[in-house]
Amino acid sequence: MTEIFGVPTQALFGQLLIGLINGSFYALLSLGLAVIFGLLNIINFTHGAQYMMGAFCAYVLATKLGIGYWWSLAIVPLVVGATGVIIERLMLAKLYKLDHLYGLLLTFGLALIIQGLFRNQYGTSGLPYSMPEALAGGKNLGFMFLPNYRAWVIVASLIVCLGTWFVIERTKLGAYLRAATENPALVQAFGINVPRMITLTYGFGVALAALAGVMAAPIYQVSPQMGADLIIVVFAVVVIGGMGSILGSILTGFGLGIIEGLTKVFYPEASNTVIFVIMAIVLMIKPAGLFGAQK
Amino acid sequence: MSMPRSQLIALALMAAFFLLAPLLLYPIFLMKAMCFALFACAFNLLIGFGGLLSFGHAMFLGTAGYAAAHSAKVWGFPPEFAILFGTAAAALLGLVTGLLAIRRQGIYFAMTTLALAQMIYFFYLQAPFTGGEDGIQAVPRGTLFGILDLSNIWAMYGTVFVIFMAGFLLVYRTIHSPFGQVLKAIRENEPRALSLGYDVNRYKMLAYLLSATLAGLAGATKALVFQLASLTDAHWSMSGEVVLMTLLGGLGTVFGPVVGAFIIITMENYLAQLGAWVTISQGIIFVICVLTFRRGVIGEIGNFLKKPL
Repeated sequence: MTEIFGVPTQALFGQLLIGLINGSFYALLSLGLAVIFGLLNIINFTHGAQYMMGAFCAYVLATKLGIGYWWSLAIVPLVVGATGVIIERLMLAKLYKLDHLYGLLLTFGLALIIQGLFRNQYGTSGLPYSMPEALAGGKNLGFMFLPNYRAWVIVASLIVCLGTWFVIERTKLGAYLRAATENPALVQAFGINVPRMITLTYGFGVALAALAGVMAAPIYQVSPQMGADLIIVVFAVVVIGGMGSILGSILTGFGLGIIEGLTKVFYPEASNTVIFVIMAIVLMIKPAGLFGAQK
Repeated sequence: MSMPRSQLIALALMAAFFLLAPLLLYPIFLMKAMCFALFACAFNLLIGFGGLLSFGHAMFLGTAGYAAAHSAKVWGFPPEFAILFGTAAAALLGLVTGLLAIRRQGIYFAMTTLALAQMIYFFYLQAPFTGGEDGIQAVPRGTLFGILDLSNIWAMYGTVFVIFMAGFLLVYRTIHSPFGQVLKAIRENEPRALSLGYDVNRYKMLAYLLSATLAGLAGATKALVFQLASLTDAHWSMSGEVVLMTLLGGLGTVFGPVVGAFIIITMENYLAQLGAWVTISQGIIFVICVLTFRRGVIGEIGNFLKKPL
C-alpha cells in the first residue's frame, strides 16, 4: 500500500472525500446565511433546524407517501421555504426596525421550538433514509473507492452554489437584490416591491438549507439534532469567510471542509476543534474575515 | 453609593425572600436559583449595559465548575480556594476569548463567542480530567475557612447567599460607577464614545472580563453545591438559557436577571419529566419576549411604577 507522510493513501483520500462532503454542506448553509444576512441583516439561527426539517420532510415523503429522492429534491425546498415565508411575514417582519440582535434571539427561540417538536415526535435516535437506486454503488478510481452518491453531493452542491452566485452577481434580479442590500429606501422609490423581495429572499435562504437537508439525509442519519451542532460550525465558517461575498462563503465552506478532513488524518484529536481554532487565528490577523469588509 | 428608594426596597425584598424562602422551598432548589441568578446578572452586565450579546457564556460557567471540582476533589483544595481557583480559571478564559471576540461587533460578536464556547465544549468532551459524559462526581464540599462544615446544608446555604449578594452588589456598583456610565455610552453610540476620547475596546474588554469572572464565580459555587461538574454547564444550550433568563427578566434592569433566572429554574423543575417540552416552552418564551415583551418582567413593572428597578 502506498503512503504519503506515513499515512496510507486510502485513508488520506477517504478523509479528503469526507471533508469535501462536509464542505459541501458548510458551503450550502453558509451561502444561505449570507444571502439572508445581506438583505435582512438577521443571522438566521433557525438555519440548522430548517436543514433538519428538510431531511425529515424527505423522510416523511418517502415513508408516508412513497415519494422518492428526486422528487423530494424539488418538493422539500418549496415546502420548507414556504414555512420560511410564513415565519418572515408573521414574525421577522416586525423586527426590522429594532436592534439586529433581536432577530438572532427570535430565530434561536424558533430553532428550540422546532427541534423540540421533532424530538417529541421522532425521538432522538437517527432514522435511516435510503439513497436513490441510480446513485448506489461506486467507482474504483485506482487510488480510492468513490461512492457515486458522494460524488453527486459534491457536484450538485457546487452547481447550486455557483448558480446562486450567478443569479445574484450576474442577473437583473440579482442587481435589484444587491441594490436593496445597499439602500432599500432608494430601491423602493424606483417602484420595486422591497418587502416582497425580502420575504422571498428569506424563503430562498431557507429553501437552500432544506435542499442541503435532503442531500444529507442518505449520508447522515435523519435526527432532530442533526442541525444543532452543525449550525455552530457554520457560524464559525461565516466568521472566517466574512459575509460580504458570495464566492467567499462558497470557497471558505469547501476549504474548511477539506482542512477538517485532513486534520482527521493527521491529528484526529483536533478534528472537532480545528475550524474554531482557524477562526481564532483569522480573528487575530484579519478581524473582518477573509473575504469580508468591516461594517 | 446612593440607591434610589425603589431599588433599596427591591433589594431588601430580594434578600428577605432568599433568607425566608427555605422555610417553604427546598434549599437545594433555592441555591440553584441563586447560582443561576448570579450567572444571569454577570451576563446582563455585558448585554444590558455594554450592549454585547455573548452567546458563549456557558464556557465560563463550565470552566469554573470543572476547575473548582477538580481542585477540590483531586488536589484537596478547601472550598474557599476551590471557588477562587474556579473563578480565576474563568477569568483567564475571559481574558483570552475576550481579546479575540471584541474585535468584532454586534452579530459577529455573538457568533464568535458561540463558536469559541463550542471549541471549549469539545475540549472538555475529550480532555481526560473532565470525566467526559460522567463529569466530575462526588466533589467534596469541605470546610470553609477550616471552621464551617459545608456538608451541613444550612452552612452551604448561607455561603451561597453571601456569595450571591456580594456578586449582585458588585454588579450594581459597577453599573452605577463612572465606568458603568461609559459602558452605557458605548452601548448607545460607539462612534460617539470613541470620538469623545474613550478607549472603547478597553472598556468592552474590562466589562467582558468582569462578566466572565462573575459567571465563573457562579459556576464554581454551583459545582460545590451540587458536588458535580458536568458537560451540561458548558453546552451551548446553557448559553442560550442565560440569554433567556435575562431577556425574560428584563435586559438592562438591575433585578431582572434574578427574577428571570428564578422563573426559568422553577419552570425547568416542574417540566423536567416532560422531556422535550422544556426546550419547546423555552423557545416559545423566547419568541413571545422578542415579539411583544421586550422589556421583560422587571422592565414592565419598572415602567408601570415609573421607577428604575
